[in-house]
Amino acid sequence: MRRLGGRGIRWGAVSLALALVLAGCGGDDDGGGTAGTGGAGEQHTLSGSISIDGSSTVAPVSEAIAEEFRKDHSAVNVSVGTSGTGGGFKKFCANEIDIADASRPIKDEEKEACAAAGVDFTEFRVGLDGLAIVTSAQNEFLQCLSIEQLATIFKDGGASTWNQVDPKFPNQKIAIFAPGSDSGTYDFFVEEVLGDPKKPESLKPRSDYTASEDDNTLVQGIKGEKNSWGYFGFAYFNENKNVLKAIKVSGKDGKCVEPSDATVESGDYPLSRPLFIYVKKSALARPEVKEFVRFYLETTPEIITDVGYTAAPEEDYKSGLDQLK
Amino acid sequence: MTAVALPIAARLRRGASRSRLGLLLDAVFSSGLFVGTFLGVLALGLLLWTVYDRGWERLASDPSGFFANFVSRFPARAGIKAALYGTAWLMGLTALFSFPIGVGAAVYLEEFAPRNRLTSFVEANIANLAGVPSVVYGILGLGVFVRFMRMGPSLLAGGLTLALMSLPLIIIAARESLRAVPVSIRLAAYALGATKWQAVRHHVLPAAMPGTMTGVILSLSRAIGETAPLIVIGAAVSIFNTPDDVRDPFSALPVLIFNWTSRPQPAFAEAAAAAGIVLLAMLLAMNTVAIFLRKRFATRW
Repeated sequence: MRRLGGRGIRWGAVSLALALVLAGCGGDDDGGGTAGTGGAGEQHTLSGSISIDGSSTVAPVSEAIAEEFRKDHSAVNVSVGTSGTGGGFKKFCANEIDIADASRPIKDEEKEACAAAGVDFTEFRVGLDGLAIVTSAQNEFLQCLSIEQLATIFKDGGASTWNQVDPKFPNQKIAIFAPGSDSGTYDFFVEEVLGDPKKPESLKPRSDYTASEDDNTLVQGIKGEKNSWGYFGFAYFNENKNVLKAIKVSGKDGKCVEPSDATVESGDYPLSRPLFIYVKKSALARPEVKEFVRFYLETTPEIITDVGYTAAPEEDYKSGLDQLK
Repeated sequence: MTAVALPIAARLRRGASRSRLGLLLDAVFSSGLFVGTFLGVLALGLLLWTVYDRGWERLASDPSGFFANFVSRFPARAGIKAALYGTAWLMGLTALFSFPIGVGAAVYLEEFAPRNRLTSFVEANIANLAGVPSVVYGILGLGVFVRFMRMGPSLLAGGLTLALMSLPLIIIAARESLRAVPVSIRLAAYALGATKWQAVRHHVLPAAMPGTMTGVILSLSRAIGETAPLIVIGAAVSIFNTPDDVRDPFSALPVLIFNWTSRPQPAFAEAAAAAGIVLLAMLLAMNTVAIFLRKRFATRW
């Protein structure tokens, strides 16, 4: 009964037309082979591809390095994804990528996953991200807060008005705008201020505040509210200095420290987190990856302020370069 | 509403059909509907204006650089080349995969499938799949295409994921337009000795094509605006070469826009808006094609 029509299907032309969209976008760029095993050592013949994924905080650094790297090595294809630190480690330990961007050190369970999959890696510290504690530029009474006071603000069942933080402060409601619990910034703040969440004696973070994973949204909230309080990466404060005020933070010694590149780099400012790249050892055997990582460590101190972070102490880069040898 | 409406219905029944209250209610209801319609247009206008206002300057100041440059840490130098190519490839691949499968499924379900439990089970599932959030397709794509089939975060995996996401809508649209073809056309074909397949292939399908194409293009334009599934399968943000074939890693406009809006520098937000204009222009162009096809080729029975 059902005899297949043998001749060309006319309406197939329509789908063909759609398929032609493909033809319209054939790549015109430097091809670049896949494995760059040939011509080891010769800088200008490096080719191949390097896949990076992980923290969206570190991604701008990797992107900037890739941007500079391709000026000399246009045949090396570098791709940078932003699956988040956790997502990046998952792919890294599943052998799917060469380099993992991370805004925290690798966790034990992630190490186990890597070990189980036979992924051997090297950790490189590439920079520091200061965490700014901020309020609106309209706020007058907030100058300096201690780590304990930060804990009073952000713990579960913590202060709801400013005079509960310090009796000298006015009896005004605290308007909190802070990163949501999916954010690496949140994890870092909670661990530094309230203590390791895995330990029973640590304080629990509150959840009754305005949360957003987008720091620009937090900036908007904080600037408009006189009694606001919040925290995010130093870069977001720097770009909004005219509407925000950074609150100084006092650590164990009680000295109030203002966040700046200098205080973050020297370690005087108590709230800054290290930024890492993790490189697969098997990938480091490839000349293009080795050269990329070397270039990364050498160039980062010059370019990292362009993307809003602070360079790590010089020794970090030096010891990294030594490990490469 | 019912409390007011009931007495009016009662009055109408008594013959006072042109009562003043009735006319008033008529006016209130129709102006309510007008406001509802207008709000939709207003929201669209506001969206277009905001994107234009924030992004046009960036786009107009250096259009060639914006299209020809790759991403950069300096917002003024950043361009959308890789993302634009990625989105174009994805569009092509998604169409390539979803069109034949979607239309084939629709033809089978509408013309050939026996009316039994299995068919209605499949139909119900297709309707449900149309409502599944796109990020779920991303998770599926990550599990099946990227990991299990070892495609990696490639164009092929992205295209297949988006195709999968578009399929339910395409099937539904294609079935609707197949159903709109009158039975008389099929009967006339049978009367002349055509087989079922011949009737479908030479008469029903061509007649249903404009409606089907409209559905395909509209679901494609939904697909290219998707961010979540692409991020989940691992689309890159920063990539410094255009893809050569379907195994290459890729970036896409929505992914780039999403990333740029979260950067601290306000100039990246402008670049994101400029990229938004490009994406909107692509979407509007596709929708225009859809409208054109419908108007130009639609058959009136």
